[in-house]
Amino acid sequence: MGGILASMIDGLMVGSVYGLAAMGLSLIWGVMDVINLTHGAMIALGMFGMYLLFNAVAMNPYVLLLPLLALGLGLGILVYWMSVHLVVGRSQLMSLLSTFSVNMMVIGIGTALWSTSPYNVNFSLPGLTVGDYTFTGNHIAATTAAVIVALALEMFLYHTRPGKAIRAVADNREAAELMGISSTMVLTVSFGIGIALAMVSGALVSTLFPFTILSGAGYQLKSFVVTVLAGLGKPLGALVAGILLGLLEGTLTPFIAVSWIPLIEFGLFVVVLILFPRGIFGRATA
Amino acid sequence: MIRLKLAVVLALFLFAVVPALAQQVITIGFTVSKTGALNVDSLEQYRGFELWRDQLNATGGIKAAGKSYQIKFASYDDESNSKRVQQLYTRMILEDKADFLFSPYSSSLTATAAVVTEQYGKIMLTTGAAEEKTYKLGNHYLYQMFAPATQYLTPAIDALKSKDPSAAIAFVYEDAAFSVAVVNPAKAYAQQQGFNTAFSEAYAPNTTDFSALIDKVISSKASVLLGGGHYADGSTLARQLYGHKVQLKMVTLLVAPDSPQWVELGDAALGVMVPSQWEPQTAFKVQYGPSGVDFSKAYIAKYNTPPSYESAGGYASGLILQRAIEQAGGIDTGKVSAALNNTDIVTFYGRTKFSIAAGEHGLQVGHSLVLAQWQKDKTGKPVKQVVWPLTGKSADLQYPIKR
Amino acid sequence: MILKRPSFWLILVLAAVFAILPTRGQNAALREDLILVAVAITLVSNLNLLIGYTGYVNFGHIVFYGLGGYVGLYLVTERHWSLYLSALTAGVLVSLIALLFGLGILRLRGAYFALATVGVLVAVNAFVANFDPWGRSTGIYVSFDAYEPLGGPMKALWTTYYLIVGVMSLSLILSLFIKTSKFGLGLFAIREDEDAAIVLGVNATMYKAIVYSISAFLPAIAGALMFYKNGMIDPSIAFEYMLSLEGIVMLMLGGQGTVIGGALGAALYERLRSYLLTSPKLSNFHLVIAGGLLLVVVLFASGGLIGWLYQLWPGSKDVIE
Repeated sequence: MGGILASMIDGLMVGSVYGLAAMGLSLIWGVMDVINLTHGAMIALGMFGMYLLFNAVAMNPYVLLLPLLALGLGLGILVYWMSVHLVVGRSQLMSLLSTFSVNMMVIGIGTALWSTSPYNVNFSLPGLTVGDYTFTGNHIAATTAAVIVALALEMFLYHTRPGKAIRAVADNREAAELMGISSTMVLTVSFGIGIALAMVSGALVSTLFPFTILSGAGYQLKSFVVTVLAGLGKPLGALVAGILLGLLEGTLTPFIAVSWIPLIEFGLFVVVLILFPRGIFGRATA
Repeated sequence: MIRLKLAVVLALFLFAVVPALAQQVITIGFTVSKTGALNVDSLEQYRGFELWRDQLNATGGIKAAGKSYQIKFASYDDESNSKRVQQLYTRMILEDKADFLFSPYSSSLTATAAVVTEQYGKIMLTTGAAEEKTYKLGNHYLYQMFAPATQYLTPAIDALKSKDPSAAIAFVYEDAAFSVAVVNPAKAYAQQQGFNTAFSEAYAPNTTDFSALIDKVISSKASVLLGGGHYADGSTLARQLYGHKVQLKMVTLLVAPDSPQWVELGDAALGVMVPSQWEPQTAFKVQYGPSGVDFSKAYIAKYNTPPSYESAGGYASGLILQRAIEQAGGIDTGKVSAALNNTDIVTFYGRTKFSIAAGEHGLQVGHSLVLAQWQKDKTGKPVKQVVWPLTGKSADLQYPIKR
Repeated sequence: MILKRPSFWLILVLAAVFAILPTRGQNAALREDLILVAVAITLVSNLNLLIGYTGYVNFGHIVFYGLGGYVGLYLVTERHWSLYLSALTAGVLVSLIALLFGLGILRLRGAYFALATVGVLVAVNAFVANFDPWGRSTGIYVSFDAYEPLGGPMKALWTTYYLIVGVMSLSLILSLFIKTSKFGLGLFAIREDEDAAIVLGVNATMYKAIVYSISAFLPAIAGALMFYKNGMIDPSIAFEYMLSLEGIVMLMLGGQGTVIGGALGAALYERLRSYLLTSPKLSNFHLVIAGGLLLVVVLFASGGLIGWLYQLWPGSKDVIE
């Protein structure tokens, strides 16, 4: 029984990182109807960003999240202008492909710089031992950071003017423009925030497991699953859905071989999509 | 007068050039996993090849039937990817005109390379590849340097039996050709020796998060863990086992702990055991090639780090091929293959003999494994000691491990 | 009548070039290069049926190729069937499976469909990696004498090459055929405006499922043949997500919606990749270059190379389809 509980808690903690990762994707998708296929590459850049900063400055990694957030914002704005601005409003295929092309370029450059050999951020917080089971300090810290960032984003979207502007544009871009909101500014900033979130989640993952420039792809897939389950443009919902997904994984693993989990997850994903063609909490207007 | 001078110059020139023309080149092709999950282990294997080539070329190359052959490598990065292995081996055979091939590193990549080399009828010496199935598919030109996978965990289980016959064992291993080929026979052997398997599960290659598996190991109340795969997953597993403070009395992992890089794990590295194809402490009565001591010295001088058994396997592959070419008097595939079939020799690496029985051509039948363990030496530095078999040990087995 | 269209003869010429070029002088190295191009063209032209004609992006296209490889290799090694029968069975079986899946996921629109195809790819990959009869993560290996029925490995390599050239040509002809058929018209209608098409009586879900299934047939056969030639298959090389994505790049580069466009894009991209594969400094840059090319195409020339050709010389539209 203790084993199952421990596994569920482990799953919950990893799930919060899934959720954080998905929040960026969900925000961008919700605001500008763009499926950001650079998401995985940005998560991987977050991992490497943390690695480089940590090895350069030897500060507490959780403090380094702040400069990484700023970096992510800048990078996101750059990617937006490079590949998204010209295709917003055109068919979804175009934005899929344009963001995908940036993804390829980032992976290519990343592989050239860092190869595909595994990297580690060598930092360990003391863990919490309950009976036979130990919860590593890094996992606990990552969960805490994820929740804090999510709450901060929620506060931003609902209690600040820029946040409300973003939500307005997500709702109805034309109406928002009529109200005097510069949609280009809003789109740029939201994209930047979306990428910043991706990078922060990558940075947190780097403290948990070894990684390569290709490691972001797995989290991108999970982000899709989580976003579709949670519905678009609802960041806090994405966090909750991520935690639930992690919890599902944690609950299943004591009973079945771990290698079946991806099959169950994606099988579930496809089934949910078929039953709810616009997502479980999907909006009537795509 | 000028004509005479010209004639002398010409004669001297010809005198210098002609012997050089009599020198031939043997091209050996292989891929290295410079990048990807296998890069640590593969690089060590490559260094074995390289040291052999450099030493040999410095003394004039291979001398057979009056000719001398310089060794040239045609090698590419396979990125730890089987599709690239196939494309590159095809290229090395067709375009680089490789005379002989060495295998990539790892059983899986070697199996894919073997398909190509057998299709084109080329000799390949495999090293860094212990899985046996490849040699049971009806090959003609494969030669395995490593002792086969079925033997890997036998020393560990024997050692365990001598210390704690009632231990509960957990098998946690990579779901890939090599580890599966090791663990399945090991489970049967353990059962034969009266052990109870408390838990067994394979993880997908490239797994980085072992916490779920580790929780299961804890729940199973196992006191011994056997398994792993290669360096990337093995080192991560060891780190996370340590981070989760799992109470294990013995941890034996495949491949990973043999690498000199293992010390990077710090405290998580200690006490861990590894089945090894070769350790510097093992001393054989050498019939061909350098002694173990000379090999280690030359390796450390060139690379500033001690050799692992992958490096030893690489170097030994070169030695055995060299000897076969000398015996065959040339590089004709049929003659060299016959010479390899007849090989039964002891080098610094141990005894090498290939099976020529029908249905298992090339399987290694002369070589055996030892068990090594990381322990602190008198100065507190972590070192690898040979702990089994008892007749060849350099230190006592630590059981249970204290961490 | 398809025979009247110049593109048909263009395809035959292409097939002849592929067949004859390496045969003169038994150039095995050239054959190895060309077979990769032929496979790429096969995959891309079938992908075009869904992306170019119907307007639906399939990110998981490679799953047909991989499944075809598994079915084919399983039948050859475990059941000892002939290569021809195994490859054909692989094609039929995989397109049936695709039809079943298709009826489910093609109810989805646009990006949701695209994501579902990713889900299908990952789920199938995970399933096969756990499936014992197919060797789990280790996969299936052909024994070295499996090439005897075809006259030994050397002959088998040539035979499979010709077979794949045949499959490639069939893919291109199929592309042309559909384009000029009533079925194709229905697909184009769906691409232009699915709701309007439905109102006008096109059973969109059925059409989409059928084309999804058709687009699986020849890639599955190609998979069976290629993995037989390669002598082994495992999940990591059967279901390479990157290959699926590169297929999309090739299609966009050449010109989606056209018959020859896919072939052109595939040939160019494959040459680039081969060159970069063995160049030690540049081997990672093929992704960067490919990404850059795709970006340029998407932002400024969404018709690809063929689209650009059409703009330069409008008359070419009837000749090069």
